Formats: sequence, C-alpha cells, structure tokens
Amino acid sequence: MTVLKTAEPVPYSRISGIGGYRAEHAVPNADLIEAIDSSDEWIRQRTGIVTRHRAGAEIGVLEMSEEAAVEAIANAGISPADIGAVLVATVTFPYATPSAASALTTRIGTGPVPAWDISAACAGYCYGIAQADALVRAGTAEHVLVIGVEKLSDFVDPTDRSISFLLGDGAGAVVVSASDTPGISRSVWGSKGENWETIRMTSSFLELRDTPGTPFPTLRQDGPSVFRWAVWEMAEVARQALDVAGVEPGDLAAFVPHQANMRIIDELAKQLGLPADVAIGRDIADNGNTSAASIPLATERLLREQPQLSGGLALQIGFGAGLVYGAQVIVLP
Amino acid sequence: MAHTQEEVLAGLAEIINEETGLSADAVEGSKSFTDDLDIDSISMMTIVVNAEKKFGVTIPDDDVKDLVTVQDAVDYIVKASA
Repeated sequence: MTVLKTAEPVPYSRISGIGGYRAEHAVPNADLIEAIDSSDEWIRQRTGIVTRHRAGAEIGVLEMSEEAAVEAIANAGISPADIGAVLVATVTFPYATPSAASALTTRIGTGPVPAWDISAACAGYCYGIAQADALVRAGTAEHVLVIGVEKLSDFVDPTDRSISFLLGDGAGAVVVSASDTPGISRSVWGSKGENWETIRMTSSFLELRDTPGTPFPTLRQDGPSVFRWAVWEMAEVARQALDVAGVEPGDLAAFVPHQANMRIIDELAKQLGLPADVAIGRDIADNGNTSAASIPLATERLLREQPQLSGGLALQIGFGAGLVYGAQVIVLP
Repeated sequence: MAHTQEEVLAGLAEIINEETGLSADAVEGSKSFTDDLDIDSISMMTIVVNAEKKFGVTIPDDDVKDLVTVQDAVDYIVKASA
C-alpha cells in the first residue's frame, strides 16, 4: 500500500522579526469630549488614554498592513519571497470577501502563498500566533507572516460613550519562523459564546440594507461586564498560559496584554502578581485601543525603547469580541 | 454562610476603602455609589468581585446596575448569603 508523504515537522517556532505602523493623526481627548458630553479627565481616569492615533481617508487596512509587514520581514532578515503564508487578524477590513491577506501577498511581493484573514477581534493577533506556530511546527511553512491591523475609526460613533472614544488605528506584524530552540509556548485560547453580544456591532449589514433608518454599524460594548471578564477571567487564562509554558511570573521580561484600557492592564498585572521589574506594555496611553494591532504595536514599542528585552520571555494575552481570548509566552525577537 | 447587615456593611466599607481610599466611616447605607461616593462603573466591578470573594456570594453583571446605594448592596449580599 502506498504510504502518503506528509510535511516534515520541525520542533520549534519563534518570532524572528517585528514591525509596526502607527497612524499619522494623534487625536487628543479634547477633540472627542464634546460629542460625548465628557472631559479629558473623565477619559483619562476611566481609560488611561491621552491620545489615540487615527489614519486619514487615504490610508486603509492594506496600506497600514503593508508598512508593518515590510518592516517585520526586513527585521527578520528574510525577503518577501521567503514567506510561506500570510495571516491577517482584523475586524475592520471593509470587505467580507476577498481577504485582506490575499491582497497583501501581491502588495508585499510574497509568492502565491496561502493567505487568509482571522476574525477574532482583540484576540486576533494571538490567534494568528497560535496558527502560525502550528503551521511552522507542522512543516507547512518555514516563515509565516502574521499581521494585526485595524482601522477602527471607520466603525466608531462619535456620540457613543461605551467604546468609540477608546479606539485608534494601526498595524503590527511579525514573522514566525522555524527554530532550533523553543520560542512560542503552547497557546491557551478559547471562546465564551454565551457573551456574544457583550462587544458587538450595532447592526448587521442585512439590517442596514432592509430596515429603513438603520445607522451605519458601529461598535458598542458593555464596559463593566467586559472589565470583569477581562480582568478576573483573563487573569486565570494568563496563569494557565504561564503554567503550560513552565514559566513563573518572575521569569518574565515583559507582559504585553491587549491594550484595551489602562485600568484593565493595571488590574491584570496586580492579579498576576508580576514583579516590579517586569516591563509592561502601556502603549494605550498614546495609541489608544487598536484591537488586533495592539499587542504587536505595544511589543514593537517595548523593544524599541528597551532593546535589552530582546531574547527575554514575554506573556501576551489578547481578549475581545466573541468573546474570545488567546495567550502564549514568547521569546522576544 | 449567612452574614448580618452589620458584618456586610463593615466588610463593604473595607473593600471600598481599599479600592478608592474613601474612609470606612463615609460608607453609610444611604449613600449612593456614584452620586455620593464618586465610584465609577469600573471601580464598582472591582468592589463587586471583591465582595463576592469576601462573602461567598455571586452577583451577576445584570444585577450590579440595580445596586444604587450601599444599602442595596448590603441587602443583596445578606439575602444571597442566607
């Protein structure tokens, strides 16, 4: 009987390069407060956000992705032709199909490689890392490009007090490559579908088409419920991620949670009992919440500002609409 | 385990002090969490989670919005722990 040939697995994967694109326009709280009848102090106190960066009309998901991807590929020391698959985590590409990932293969100049989008909101990047890790270790691709990108400013309602004022635009990208040493731990990831509506669009596209007067869909969240889930349930997920990686909090060089809200970040760090010398991604103060882009952007910034972190262990955890979550420990590139 | 009104009020005052720095003496039954104690929705969730742990009760998200005054919370916890 003929025995099927299969891909040759490799033992490990690692992140070999990282890049980021920050949207051009810094939007201070002062520009948003009138529409939500609020104040700079109110936003800072509840979110820790001072500015968020938003892109102009001429810059979309593809443009931001390309910038971040080109930087990540160069940082990895490879060429676009070496990329074996392209994964794009986003919920703001304005086409249900075709995918952003497919368009990016030609923009970036990879070969005709498998390319697809991931819809996992603020957990999308960690979902992408989990998939890329599995693809590489299975021997399916030697290098996988993972992009987290959002143009959330296209889906905000200036009068919404639940989430819109948090949101910004941007892209972060990494290359996940085959490795002789462990670089990405087993992912702890999952969903909580019973809370499907906790973070949501205001309507479907069919409602927009069929129900007169339906406004263009924008994002909403039940903030306090999200806060409870994001802190106490995600702290448990983060502990599980450390546990399956065989890592103690004191072994970490950095903690990079999804940049949802500074108070979530602070409370998560407190719940995990992180030692004071663990660097914590706090990109949100300047960059706002960029959903799938927030973890790679915060990581890129930590490495730029504290290059000594390179080679250290980082716990990353994404969580968001679905509800969905994903976490892993990585070796920083 | 059942708790008395006095135990719950004292425990809540301790939790609120830890979260907000408010003096325990300021936490009276008649006080509104938002209007009198200036506790925002995020701090309220932290207080609720800590109260759940302290008193061994469950307070679902949908019920939290009905806890307007400290006495509302005390009554809820006493009933839930009975």
